[in-house]
Amino acid sequence: MIISVASGKGGTGKTTVAVNLALSLNNIQFLDCDVEEPNAHLFLKPDIKDRRIATVPIPDVDESKCNYCGKCRDICAYNAIVVISPDDVVKGGSVLIFTNLCHACGGCSLLCPQFAIREVNKEIGLIEAGNCGDIEFVHGRLNIGEIMSPPLIRQVKEYIDSNRTVIIDAPPGTSCPVIASIKGSDFCILVTEPTPFGLNDLILAVEVVKKLSIPFGIILNRADIGDDGVDLYCKENNIPILMRIPFDREIAQLYSAGIPLIKEKKEYINKFNGLFELIKNQRVIS
Amino acid sequence: MKQIVVISGKGGTGKTVLTASFAALAKNKIMVDCDVDAADLHLLLQPEIKERYDFRSGKTAWIDRDLCQECGQCIDVCRFDAIRDDFTVDPISCEGCTICSYICPEAAIKLEENLSGEWFISDTKYGPFVHAKLGIAEENSGKLVSKVKEAAKEIAEKENLDYVIIDGPPGIGCPVIASLASIDLALIVTEPTLSGIHDMERVAEVSKHFKIPTKVVINKFDINPGNSEDIKKICQEEDIEVMAQLPFSQKVTESIVQGVPLIEFCKDRIAEDISLLWERIK
Repeated sequence: MIISVASGKGGTGKTTVAVNLALSLNNIQFLDCDVEEPNAHLFLKPDIKDRRIATVPIPDVDESKCNYCGKCRDICAYNAIVVISPDDVVKGGSVLIFTNLCHACGGCSLLCPQFAIREVNKEIGLIEAGNCGDIEFVHGRLNIGEIMSPPLIRQVKEYIDSNRTVIIDAPPGTSCPVIASIKGSDFCILVTEPTPFGLNDLILAVEVVKKLSIPFGIILNRADIGDDGVDLYCKENNIPILMRIPFDREIAQLYSAGIPLIKEKKEYINKFNGLFELIKNQRVIS
Repeated sequence: MKQIVVISGKGGTGKTVLTASFAALAKNKIMVDCDVDAADLHLLLQPEIKERYDFRSGKTAWIDRDLCQECGQCIDVCRFDAIRDDFTVDPISCEGCTICSYICPEAAIKLEENLSGEWFISDTKYGPFVHAKLGIAEENSGKLVSKVKEAAKEIAEKENLDYVIIDGPPGIGCPVIASLASIDLALIVTEPTLSGIHDMERVAEVSKHFKIPTKVVINKFDINPGNSEDIKKICQEEDIEVMAQLPFSQKVTESIVQGVPLIEFCKDRIAEDISLLWERIK
């Protein structure tokens, strides 16, 4: 079973929920798919055993074969290729590849009439795997200045071990990195807070999980601050609130120090176990 | 004209609350919300939309089943696993590379332009505001960020405004990099948590990579004063100025519930500190 933890709005408690749920259960694999800003390792402190450079294939033009016909430029949907004609007196014939714009679709190398384009690997980040006690841990770290995180997220997800309960910590937002992370999940926990910001971004996140047809439920963090907008919205739309975590300065301080909540507040182990039971049942219902 | 973007790496550190207060404090300015996939600034600025534009970007493949002979070449070339075994396209996975349409021997694959979102030019009591709404599960948030930034810059130049104040997205990827383009100051809002520090360091590296002048604000510094000291040390080593330390305040949530910039909601220490911070920025 794959459970992803997402949110729309950032800073609502995704990592707190994902980490403590993982620590409360058995036979867990934990994937941190927030490859732009991975944080779960700060709490789980995994023993990293395997490091792998993550790459994407990008085009490399053999200019001895290229006749500057411009086909690669014309078919590239991402405007990642510029072909300068050999008639250009200043620059002469050349092909420029803007690797940051390339989606690694492979089209140019496939369709070049001169077979002048091959693919070479470009490093986009690092994947680290290891364990934290019984928990198998994998995360990705996007390189600084790199634009596209979905390819790295997909490579982290290649580690999914279907013999375990997989917990995915997703990035905030509602666009491609979130989709890449939660796609294929059996259940998605949406963590929010009871404020107009939390509600606004929750509504967007709900539309995303609905579009992906993933069963979902809500965790309301800092549940006793703010207003009742999220509660009313969930009630009107029949969305289950699976758990409420009150605002507690001690929880905030534990978080700030990188200490998982359940290490100091043991009562939460039961709560997260209860959450897991609820999720298993919700899944049956939806 | 000075373009200022508020970023954070980690989400939820206080970007929007700070941006809205700057909106209320600054004179002769325009505001922009570049967090296009989870935009919140409008909830504090209460805009009245004046102009509305479609954001069209990218394409999605569509297979004409009357022409399709189910040869499977499209499935073989698609690197995004976007073509299902029944020769329909999964529009969420399709990245619009268009290669299937070139490879199909029956010319059965067409491409349709995506309507990926909307963007708006609005009036607020604080001045003009450019914002957007990315469609659900759409791509190209970086392009939409560039779009709203460009529109705001044009208005600022035409109306001779002094500041473009931008609420940035979290993370370090495509929308953040688009937000940082041709910026005069990137203000990183962080918090004294290990996550906040880790994420600040990464986003600071990104702004450094693009040679953007960068400064830091520590929000909720009193949640963990030891970590706040560590942030100052890291910033000193990286030669990044820490411009302010803001205290934790329950007034922040209350102001969000009321839908007004914090600076107009209370006169507490945090409001004074934000005013002083703006004086130093401008």
